[in-house]
This record gives sequence, structure tokens and C-alpha cells, in this order.
Amino acid sequence: MSLSASTAPYDVSAIRAEFPALDQRVHGRPLVYLDNAATTQKPRAVIDALQHYYTADNANIHHGVHALSERATAAHEAAREAVRAFIHAASVREIVFTRNATESINLVARAWGTANLRPGDEVLITAMEHHSNIVPWQLVCAQTGAVLKVAPIDDRGELVIEAFDALLGPRTKMVAIVHVSNALGTVNPVARLVARARQAGATVLIDGSQAVHHLPVDVQALGADFYAFTGHKLYGPTGIGVLYGREAALEAMPPFLGGGDMIRTVTFEGSTWNDLPYKFEAGTPHIAGAVGLHAAIDYVRGVGVEAIGAHEAVLLARAQDALAAIDGVRIIGTAREKAGVVSFVMDGVHPHDIGTIVDREGVAIRTGHHCAQPVMDRFGIPATARASFALYNTIEDVDALVAAVGRVRELMG
Amino acid sequence: MSDLSDLYQEVILDHNRRPRNFHTLAGADRRAHGHNPLCGDRVTVFLKMDGDRIGDIAFEGSGCAISKASASLMTEAVKGETTDDALAIFDRFHAMITAPTDVPVEDDESLGKLVSLAGVRSFPVRVKCASLAWHTLKAALASAADPVVTK
Repeated sequence: MSLSASTAPYDVSAIRAEFPALDQRVHGRPLVYLDNAATTQKPRAVIDALQHYYTADNANIHHGVHALSERATAAHEAAREAVRAFIHAASVREIVFTRNATESINLVARAWGTANLRPGDEVLITAMEHHSNIVPWQLVCAQTGAVLKVAPIDDRGELVIEAFDALLGPRTKMVAIVHVSNALGTVNPVARLVARARQAGATVLIDGSQAVHHLPVDVQALGADFYAFTGHKLYGPTGIGVLYGREAALEAMPPFLGGGDMIRTVTFEGSTWNDLPYKFEAGTPHIAGAVGLHAAIDYVRGVGVEAIGAHEAVLLARAQDALAAIDGVRIIGTAREKAGVVSFVMDGVHPHDIGTIVDREGVAIRTGHHCAQPVMDRFGIPATARASFALYNTIEDVDALVAAVGRVRELMG
Repeated sequence: MSDLSDLYQEVILDHNRRPRNFHTLAGADRRAHGHNPLCGDRVTVFLKMDGDRIGDIAFEGSGCAISKASASLMTEAVKGETTDDALAIFDRFHAMITAPTDVPVEDDESLGKLVSLAGVRSFPVRVKCASLAWHTLKAALASAADPVVTK
């Protein structure tokens, strides 16, 4: 029985038909794509939008008076409006296009960090951060003399709230936390954390790379100063990311990269900066990427983020139960609130071997440290195997994963 | 799924479950650490030299079945060999695991049980798993001070 039969409005086979890459065989088996936390496959709407852009509208933006440039500019700015509406920002002035979430975080660490951090100030992150929300802060701390503090996680992979509160203090200038952990699947109680951080007078950045496609995000209700995410995990193209910044926060920041488009006037004596958000968008942007992201957001909103989250929750629950029932399998990350990700290890079998064996069964998962080495250290393991779900995955995909992992046990003893 | 059983041959599974010479080596006079940052595999190779010969060899570490079995088989293959002979075995071994898949595996007597790792050639991302211990051995023989990082 397909899932679509039991949840009538959610037609997963119709959804799958929109994703051409899913319809292929790998090593002679039907592809079961469960590496969605690394990147998602793209719906036809996104592929078509990219093709249409390059076929019909391609031009550089903002300067041209000719028709193509006007069309390309309009498409690029329409994408910005689509992002604004998607995350419920107050204004398109608050939506900065970047290459990816990593660049978004680096932008804040550099532009905000170098202007605001002083020796002895503290940047507070959590022990479940992706390297992209650790290393930029290490770099800016080394540059400014600020100190990096890390709030611990417990054995379930949940943030220890009391410890987080205890680390928040008058010296805490920035709190940078992940919304949903890519390695553990933990959903952080970000609204509570943001409220406490702001109460303590800190500026707050949320890394939403693993969140925006699983659960509804309203940046105004959340109250964070910055919210970073990437397009390619949201069914959009690679090379396009977003930094949301509260207008006042962005206004107060110096530019990040200098160059064309981000200036108003340039003389050899000095330059003045363009309005938001262009102040933070130096050089020709990834116009096609923005257009593709727009199509992706339209697609996701068409299916409905709540419906996607509910569908994935069913898959996640079934995967966790069935994997945990396999001899010697242990789930890493058992938070009460999880989204999209199941990480696991198997006694006596290295995750790398699990990955190779299930790949030969057509099942694509990720193995390794998931760019979260401190998380692996916390659990005393070198790596995990990770399956991650998307709106197009089915119960049959989960069952294929479980069967393939069972085969690992058989083969490796 | 014949290619999977090519990779995970019984010899490899056996050496993964019961790695030989898997301990530290008292009186080792050379050692090196190897690390594959991609998958977190770590290995330390200990040598006790007898003149130019590898008088004794052992290893420690953690890794996948391929890296552990390769390290275990390596210790058996190079024990008692001269430095030059050990390095020559590595060269032949490396050539075997990186050969195109349509080239038949040479019936190379000198490789002995190492031939069981020939299936790695069909799994290019696993070549560095199979070669980590060997690069580390090479570093130990050269007494390199820095950890080996397989690229």
C-alpha cells in the first residue's frame, strides 16, 4: 500500500513524477534516494525555470535599459519577494542572496562580527552545530579577541537548556544556533532560545539550512536578527543561498564584499554604499539560481510545508523503529523533536561499509561525520550512517533502506 | 551483487573481525599515524627494525572493514621484508587496487592474500581506505613525523 492511499490529499506518486532524477536504476536496482539532508533532487518546475531563464531572459541585471535586462532584473527581484513571503520577512530589503548558508553565516561573522566583537566578548553556539556555524565564528574570534562558548547537548542529542541559559551572560554578544541539526535531526526550541538570548542583549543568528523545507518558518515571529539557509536543500539549484537580516541589523552593518552593485558612488577618495539589500550583494549574482529558487519555493508552498513535515514524520518514525529493531543497530540522535534525519551506527560495522553495501542495493545514504565532527566526538563515534527524508520519499523507500541495512548485517556478520 | 562479494571477500571479513598484529608494539623504534579525514579512519603503524628488515610490525586504530583488513594483511605481507621489498609490495598492491576494472587481476604470487583486496578497484572511493595503512607504513619507514593524510 502506498502512503498516498492512506493520506488522501498527499499524493506522493504524483509528486515523484515531478522529479526526473528519481526515475532511474542504480546498480540494477531502482534508486532510493535518502541523502536529502546533503542535497535534494529538483522538480521539473525548477529545471524548466532554469532552462527558460537561459533560453529566453538571460542578461545582466540592475543596469540595462534593454528588454532582456529588464526581464532578468524583474525575475531576480520576484525571487527575492518569493523568499520574503516564504519566511514571512517584513521587507525584501531584509533578503540578501548569497551562494549558500555557509556564505550567509560568514557574511554575518565578518561584517557584523568585526564591527561589533571586542576582546573578551562571547559568541555562544551549541555542540550540535555544522562546521559552517563553527568555523566562521572561530575565525572572527581569532581576529577580534572574542571567545567562543559552546552549549552542550545531552545523550539524546538535545540542547541542555539550563547550560545554555547559564552560558548566556552580559558578555554574550552573539548567539548562533542551528534550527534543525543535520547530523542528529534535533529540532531546537528556537523561539525560546531566541527570546532568552535577546533578553540577555545578544544578537541572534539561526542556521535554518535543515529547517525551512521541513517546518514553517516565520522570521518575524521568531525574532532572530539573522536567519540563514540554502537553496539546494529546498529543491532549488546549488549556488544560491539566503541571508535574512532584520533591517535595522543590516543597516548597522558594514558591507561584506566590495565591488559592483553594492555601491552608490565610487571615487578614489572613497565610496558610498547602495541601499539594502544590495549593499551586501557585490558583483553579478547567481541570477538563474534565484530564478530556480523562486520555482522551488513555489513548488514547496504548493505542496505545503506542514503537509511535507507531516509526511516526513511518518517516514522518520517508521525508519527509526525498523532500524532500531535490527541486531546491533543504535540510533544516534533520539531527541523528542526531530525532523527529516535518522543517523545510526551498527556494532562491529563501520558506517563506510554500510554506505557501500546499501548503495549496491540502490539506496543512497550519507556516511561520515556530516561536517559535524564535534557531534561525533560527543557520541564517541568516528562517523554515522545517515538517511534523510524529503517530500518525495515513500514508505517503500524506508522499507528498502531497512532491508538493505539488514543485508549489511547478513554480509558483515 | 557479485561485485559486493568481490569487495567483501571472506579473507577480508575474517581480517576485519580478527585483525592480525593488532596491538601496540613494545620496543617499536619507528611509528607513524595515518588519518583519513573524510571518513575518520585512523591507524598507527609500529615497526621494530632489524637492520634494514622489518623485524616486527603491528598496528592500532579504527576504520572500516577495508582499511582494517588491508592493515592486517599488510602486517603479514611485509614482516621480515627489507625496506625496499616492502615498498615494492606496496607499489604492486597499489597498482592492483587502482587498475581499470577490465584489466584481469594478475596472478601475482608475491601479493599472496593481498589479492583479496583487488575488488577495491571497482569501488574508487574505497581506494583510500585500502591504502591508508600502506601510506602510514611508508611514513613509518621514512620516520616521517607528521600524520599521513590520504588525499
